[in-house]
Amino acid sequence: MPMLSYEPKYRVSGGTLVGGDLFDFWIGPFYVGFFGVASAFFATLGTALIIYGAAMGPTWALFRISIDPPPISYGLHMAPLREGGLWQIITVCALGAFVSWALRQVEICRKLGMGYHVPIGFSAAIFAYVALVVIRPVLLGAWGYGFPYGIMSHLDWVSNVGYQYLHFHYNPAHMLAVSFFFTTTFALGLHGGEILAAANPGHGESVKYGEHESVYFRDTIGYSIGELGIHRLGLFLAINAGVWSAVCMIISGPFWTHGWPYWWNWWLSIPIWSHL
Amino acid sequence: MAKFHSLYTSIAVRGPDEPGIPLADDEFGRVGGAWHSRWLGRIGEMQVLPTYLGATGIASLVCGFIAIEIIGLNMWASVNWNPLIFIKMLPFLSLEPPPPKYGLSLPPLEDGGWWLAAGFFLTAAILLWWVRMYRRARALKMGTHVAWCFASAIWLYLVLGFIRPLIMGCWCEAVPFGVISHLNWTATFSVRYGNLFYDPFHMLSIVFLYGSTMLFAMHAGTILAVARFGGERETQDIVDRGTGQERAALFWRWTMGFNATFESIHRWTFWFATLTTLCGGIGILITGTIVDNWYLWGVEHGIAPEYPQVGGLPDGPPPKVVIDMRQRAATPPGASR
Repeated sequence: MPMLSYEPKYRVSGGTLVGGDLFDFWIGPFYVGFFGVASAFFATLGTALIIYGAAMGPTWALFRISIDPPPISYGLHMAPLREGGLWQIITVCALGAFVSWALRQVEICRKLGMGYHVPIGFSAAIFAYVALVVIRPVLLGAWGYGFPYGIMSHLDWVSNVGYQYLHFHYNPAHMLAVSFFFTTTFALGLHGGEILAAANPGHGESVKYGEHESVYFRDTIGYSIGELGIHRLGLFLAINAGVWSAVCMIISGPFWTHGWPYWWNWWLSIPIWSHL
Repeated sequence: MAKFHSLYTSIAVRGPDEPGIPLADDEFGRVGGAWHSRWLGRIGEMQVLPTYLGATGIASLVCGFIAIEIIGLNMWASVNWNPLIFIKMLPFLSLEPPPPKYGLSLPPLEDGGWWLAAGFFLTAAILLWWVRMYRRARALKMGTHVAWCFASAIWLYLVLGFIRPLIMGCWCEAVPFGVISHLNWTATFSVRYGNLFYDPFHMLSIVFLYGSTMLFAMHAGTILAVARFGGERETQDIVDRGTGQERAALFWRWTMGFNATFESIHRWTFWFATLTTLCGGIGILITGTIVDNWYLWGVEHGIAPEYPQVGGLPDGPPPKVVIDMRQRAATPPGASR
C-alpha cells in the first residue's frame, strides 16, 4: 500500500495510551495500536455472531435478518444463546468495538498533535447507542427493552415503541433531537455549498477565499459566522442531535409512562390561563 | 492557543469593520451599519451586517410577512381574538388546507382559501429568496452551489404542499400550517400509507439525514482539531496544502483507511445534505400516487420480516366501532359542516 507523498514524515512512534510500542505500527493505511487490535477482535467476533444468528434464523433475506434481544421475562439476567443470549454478547462486542475505535482515534490524534474533537463527537453517538441498549433497558429492568439488530426489525421496533407513547412527536426531547438533525443538515448544506462555491467560481474566475465567503452570507442573511465558527457550530449541532436522541429515549418509560401528548398538560394548566 | 481553539473562545477578535466586496453600479446598496456582538464572538465572527438589499430580497420579505400575517391572524381569529387563549393554544392552533369537497378548485376564504393564499405567498417568498441566493453568488463571482442545495429543500417543500396535492387532485392532501398540526399530519400520513419506514426513499432520506449529522461531526471535529495548524482556512488549503490538511487527511487515513481532501469533503457534505431532501421529496411524491401501502409493498418485495403469530388478540375492532366507521365513511365529505 503506497503512502501519500507527505505521509512518511508523520509516521512517528509514540502517543499511545496503552501498550507502549507493542502495537505501535501500521498495516497498509491503517494504524493499529492496542485499540486497533481490540476493535478488530470485537468487530470480527460480533459480525461472526450476527452471521451465526442469521444462520439459526428463518431467512437469509438481508432486510429480514434479525437478532432479537431476550424476552422480557429474563429481566436483567443472561439468556440462552438462541433466546437473546446472542443479542447480549453481540451488544458487548459492539460496545467494545465502538469504545476501542474512539480510543484508537484518541491515539491517532495524539500522534498527529491534533485536538480530541473527533473522538468527543463520536462519543455522543456511542452514548446514544448505550442509552438504547444499556441505560434504558437497565432502568426498565429487562434487556428485552433493547432494540433488535436487523434492517427492518429495528425500524419496526422504532415504530412500535413510538406508538406505545401514542405519538412520539410530542416528546419534547424528540422535538429537540429532530430539530438538531434538520439544523445540522441545513448548516452542512450551506457550509459544503459555500466552500465549493468559493473553490469553483466558474470558468475564467479566480478562486475566492474567506472574505468572499463571509460577504456572501452577510449579504444574503446579515451574518456570517466565519471559517472557524461554522465548525464550532456544526460540531455543537451534531453532538446535540445525538445527545437529545439519547435523552428522548431514556425518559420514555423510565420517567414518563403515559402518551407523550399528555405531557403538554402542564402548559395548558399554567395558572394564568388554566381557567380559559 | 489551545484556549482559542476549543468549542468557544473567551478571546473575541475585533478587527476593522468589513464593508463587503465593492458593488457594481447597477446593484442596490447594502444596508445597516456593522455592529459587533461579544457573545457571537465567543463562537464565530463578531461583526453583524451590513447586508445586501435587493429587489428580490425586499419582495421575498414582503411575501413572507404577508404569509405569516395570514397564518397568525387566522389562528388568532380561531380563538375569537382572545390574546391569552391565543398564546395558550398557539402550539396547537392551525391553518388547515381546504376540505376534500373542493378538490383543486378555489375554496371560500374561511374554508381553506386563507390556507391557499398563505401557501401562495410563502412559496413566492421562498422562490424569491432562492433567486436572491443565486444572484448574490453570481454578483460576487462565486459558484452557485448553495442555491442548488437550497433548491433541493424547496423541492421537498413543493412536493408536500403543491406537486403531490396536484397529482392527487385535492388541496386537502397538503400539510397544514401549525406547530402540532404539521406533526399530526406527518404521523397520520405515515399510518395512512402503511408506515413510511417501509418507503425505500424515506429510508434513503433518513440515511442521508443521519449521515449528514455524522459527516458534520466528523468534518467539524477534524477542522477544530487542526485549527491549531490553521486548518480552518479551507479554501486556502485547497489550493495550497498546509500541515493542517495533511494531518486531517492522515487522521482519517489511519483511522479508516480512506481520506477525503479539503475540497472533496465538501462535495461529500454538499451531496449528503442535498440528497436528504431530494430523496425525501421522491419518497413523499410516490406515496399515495404510486404506492398505497408501504407495508404491503414491503411484504410483496420480500423486505418485511416474519413475526410469530401472537395469541389472545381480538380478530378485529369491536362491532360497534366498525358500524360507526362505516357510517362515517358513507357520509359525504364536509356534510357535517
